[in-house]
Amino acid sequence: MNYIVTILTLAISSCVALLLASLGEMFNQRAGVFNLGCEGIMSMGAFLGMLVPYAVGRGGATPEICNVAGLLLATGVGALLGLFFGLIVVTFRAPQGIAGIGLQMFGVGTAGTLFRHFIGGTQSVPGISTPPIPLLSKIPFLGPIFFSQNIMVYLAFLFVPLAWYLLFKTPWGLKIRAVGTNPRAADSIGIPVNKIRYQSLALGGALAGLAGAYLSLCQAKMFSDSIVSGRGFIAVALVYFGHWQPVKIMWGALLFSLAQTFQTIIQSQGINFPYEFAVMLPYVLVIVVLAFDRESQRLGPTALGQPFDREIRT
Amino acid sequence: MTKQFRILYKVCIILLAVIAAMALGAVILVAIGADVFKTYAVILFEPLKNIGLLSEVFIRMIPLTIIALGIAVAYRSGIINIGAEGQMAIGILTTTAVALAMPNLPKPLLLPLVLIAGAAGGALWGAIPGILKAKLQVSELLSTVMLNYIAEQFYTFCLRKPMLDPAEMMNGSGTPQSMRLTKNIWLTRFVPGTRLHTGLFIAIAFAVLIYFMLWKTSFGYKMRASGSSARAARYGGINVPAFLIIAMLISGAFAGLAGAVEICGVHHRAIQGITSGYGFSGIVVALFGGLHPAGIIPAAFFFGLLLVGGNMTQNAVGVPANMVQVLQGVIILVIVATQMVLSNEYLMERVWRRFHKEEKA
Amino acid sequence: MDEKITSLRMEHITKRFPGVLASDDISLSVGDGEVLALVGENGAGKTTLMNILMGLYQQDEGKIFINGNEVKFHSPNDAFAHGLGMVHQQYMLVQNMTVLENIALGYQKAWKPFKLDLSMVRERITAISERYGLAVDPDAFIWQLSIGEQQRVELVKTLCLGARFLILDEPTSALTPQETDELILLLKKMTSELSIIFISHKLQEVTSLSDKITILRHGKVTFSGNTKDHTQKEIAALMTGHEVVMPQNTETSCDKQEALVIKDLDVKSDRGYLALQHLNLTIHSGEIVGLAGVSGNGQRELAEAINGLRKIESGTITFLGKEITGKSCREVIDAGMGYIPEDRNTEGIVPPFSMKENFILKDSSEKEFNKGIFLDNKKIVDYAEALRTEFDIRSPNINVAAGALSGGNIQKVILARELTRSPKFLLAVYPIRGLDLGAAQFIHEQLLKKRREGLGILLISEELDEILNMSDRVAVIFKGQIQKVLPRAEATRSKLGILMAGVKE
Repeated sequence: MNYIVTILTLAISSCVALLLASLGEMFNQRAGVFNLGCEGIMSMGAFLGMLVPYAVGRGGATPEICNVAGLLLATGVGALLGLFFGLIVVTFRAPQGIAGIGLQMFGVGTAGTLFRHFIGGTQSVPGISTPPIPLLSKIPFLGPIFFSQNIMVYLAFLFVPLAWYLLFKTPWGLKIRAVGTNPRAADSIGIPVNKIRYQSLALGGALAGLAGAYLSLCQAKMFSDSIVSGRGFIAVALVYFGHWQPVKIMWGALLFSLAQTFQTIIQSQGINFPYEFAVMLPYVLVIVVLAFDRESQRLGPTALGQPFDREIRT
Repeated sequence: MTKQFRILYKVCIILLAVIAAMALGAVILVAIGADVFKTYAVILFEPLKNIGLLSEVFIRMIPLTIIALGIAVAYRSGIINIGAEGQMAIGILTTTAVALAMPNLPKPLLLPLVLIAGAAGGALWGAIPGILKAKLQVSELLSTVMLNYIAEQFYTFCLRKPMLDPAEMMNGSGTPQSMRLTKNIWLTRFVPGTRLHTGLFIAIAFAVLIYFMLWKTSFGYKMRASGSSARAARYGGINVPAFLIIAMLISGAFAGLAGAVEICGVHHRAIQGITSGYGFSGIVVALFGGLHPAGIIPAAFFFGLLLVGGNMTQNAVGVPANMVQVLQGVIILVIVATQMVLSNEYLMERVWRRFHKEEKA
Repeated sequence: MDEKITSLRMEHITKRFPGVLASDDISLSVGDGEVLALVGENGAGKTTLMNILMGLYQQDEGKIFINGNEVKFHSPNDAFAHGLGMVHQQYMLVQNMTVLENIALGYQKAWKPFKLDLSMVRERITAISERYGLAVDPDAFIWQLSIGEQQRVELVKTLCLGARFLILDEPTSALTPQETDELILLLKKMTSELSIIFISHKLQEVTSLSDKITILRHGKVTFSGNTKDHTQKEIAALMTGHEVVMPQNTETSCDKQEALVIKDLDVKSDRGYLALQHLNLTIHSGEIVGLAGVSGNGQRELAEAINGLRKIESGTITFLGKEITGKSCREVIDAGMGYIPEDRNTEGIVPPFSMKENFILKDSSEKEFNKGIFLDNKKIVDYAEALRTEFDIRSPNINVAAGALSGGNIQKVILARELTRSPKFLLAVYPIRGLDLGAAQFIHEQLLKKRREGLGILLISEELDEILNMSDRVAVIFKGQIQKVLPRAEATRSKLGILMAGVKE
């Protein structure tokens, strides 16, 4: 019984980075752009998230404001990187797949360079932790799982209905959906296709940056080259898996997070099973899911991956 | 519009691109307070200063060339192979496995066998995303990346358990590596005092081979048609899905072969970190070389330079080696952005008209 | 700005695209309640001109005046603000959204900061529907609607967004003759409140609906006048620039062997429903069978099924006595099938490849083009030069990228390739769509020549003129079935129109 509680608690808290990055990528893809550089933005976010707290406290205690500053810095720079990606794929109309890889290399490399220069080694930060909710957290079984999490977890899950509302109930969401499905129609009715794409890339980048900051501030409480280890790519795959819908994406994030937790449990319990195979699990799962979910290809935003040029005469 | 203008326009765009790339890199360098010009100088010129360093550049050029050739074949056939890292790792495993199994076979037999084994391992790993795309329309961008992570784990496992050097087990240090492989697979080092090995000739030979295959045979014609316009190729009776799989087999085989060549020429055993980013660097080399063997060879040399020089910046100017990855990313971004600008006829016309206002049509 | 638009003038509009002068000093004017027909062949510059009027493109020179005031449009929003609305030839609707959402996309009054006021949009739709007699279901998804219904949604959308001046681009291209008549009546009624410009190359509509005509050719105005002052024949001549004689099939057909026999064919569309249902059709060698029908009734699926590009659920196709049902595209090509596909740019040629490389698209492995394992460049070049000369393909040389050629020349490349391979049958889908007259004449002449030499041809087209000119027999397709096959003598425009609408005699 204890096992299950531990696994679920861990799964929920380690799902946040995937969830945030994936919801951000959902906005990108709904507008017709897929950003493989998500991984790179998350790396930068991870580094920047811990930079302020570390710089102030050098590994020791820091006031809450530093953590918030770290989060904001990560989010802001993430948005900027998203806009930068927009410059390449929206204005310059470069092929999105390769450009994404370029952004990933740039992001990971920059984060590593800056980290080694300013911090170096394996420095840790106290990070964000919040006391468990009184009373509710004492409920057996449900208490530890749902009510003893870090505040970022609650905020992340709250974002799911918010994202849903944003996408389906506001004019901006309507425009995003139109731009990703039939940009020519949106353009003919006066909607600035490229501007909307930039906006969604900014939001996607901001969320990816925030997700990265979560990894360093809340989850690992440190930074290393391999802190993101593919979560950015999994986030992109999750959008397909979740059929570009916030709630389905949330379930997908939980599922993959569960798979990743598996490995931690095995190692910590000292079970004699080659841990590499457990680490492999989420990545294998992505491939299995992509291979067998034929539906998702039909449901996607029709204009995904295609740059828009009004002057191209058909 | 005159031909001179076209050439001038394109040269200007490329120059602007190079400056943009260096400027972007400079932004990061300034952020860490490094001397921009000195850093670039170290990266680009230091390795050329003596035979030893120059040979290291060539050593890196070898796997870069082979991998980039494979990626170019795949790209031209319509599939983007980001999985070269994983394919190289699996290739190394198969190479090592064969070398460990048959150490006493004479060199003329064992060496080719081992190289083929490496290629086969990579081909197998490359076939997976190829089949997934051809049969199930799974995007190769995601599947190859995932397979990289999976291969990485499998590689570590093999080095830690089944292929672990017995000597390591006895000593108790347990560094994941295989034991030293038989001399029968060693590629000759032909420049005394350096590690430069005959794999260089293998790389160049394959470059020539690929050129002939892609542009001078009907097989290559069909691959290129599948990549340029899959729909028209299909309507022309070309079996596009089959060519997708073949392209990934070739691309994976090349990555695996690169791994085998690294083992036989440089390391002589399987250890951690051999692939060390060659898979991704290979992509940049392929793009930078215009996806053509004639361009890939010099591009590989340039990136070998970058890798060796990049390793020296920490000591020389205090710039961490990660900077190389930054530059690679920047170069990719700039290349893909410029490609579209270069092929935008409309923009060229507008610029022409701006500079020739008197000539109203 | 709710005042009526009593006058709209475009003066001396010029617009350039790479290598093409799309609009050359064009002027036109429309008065209160008038209907102007903008006429011309494909490529004459009609759509470009209207896109300029709607703010999608900016003119390089010239001015636009509405009600006497000069206006400058930098985006469609500016045009909408001035009361202009356009229904494009390709409907600008987002398929997986509802009618309501599609209209809300443009209805800026309903955009509150954090909420989309859909009920406001709904009210507006109801009001417009009632006023103009255009009923639409706001909650239907676009992909659920027929082409005619989608057009109605486009009209309602334009009116909801406040249009007091309508621009219609080829409004009847996807309608049956009867639906066309209905639309024309509707538009005539609307002229009491709006003025209209409509683009068409169909003579019937032009003469029955318009008050004025402006004819464009190669981006220039070649004629401008009142409709009632000229006869249909005069207008036809003015439209094409000269007395046009398109090649006509005047031969009598004689019994030849059956080339292609299609029995009870069931084929699914991309959406999953049956696009072809128990389709039966037989074409003989030495005859041209024209397949008439409104686009979207299964023509694409039929062409693809015959060529092995689409799965056949049930039924058989027999080609020269041998069954080709279920065979791969390569096998069908090797059996002797020639194919001029619908979309020349994406299905007929590989655009980045040179013209010379495109000629051997289907034959790259053939012995005649190979020396050992290598391609025989000399033979390929000779072949290409011969084809270029014989088919009069205009290009600087054979190494030019095929995609850079004009539409007519691209079609000639495809035709040259297909005909020179000595096919035993030819399937031609919309072969002269979008081509200028010279190229169209050439292609029809070639087809007739091959027919005389004994080649069987299945000609699929939307243009009744083309079908009536070229066919020995005419088959009409409707919702995936052949309604009837008529010999040329009996095939009249009205009979075909009724059959195309699905009415069985």
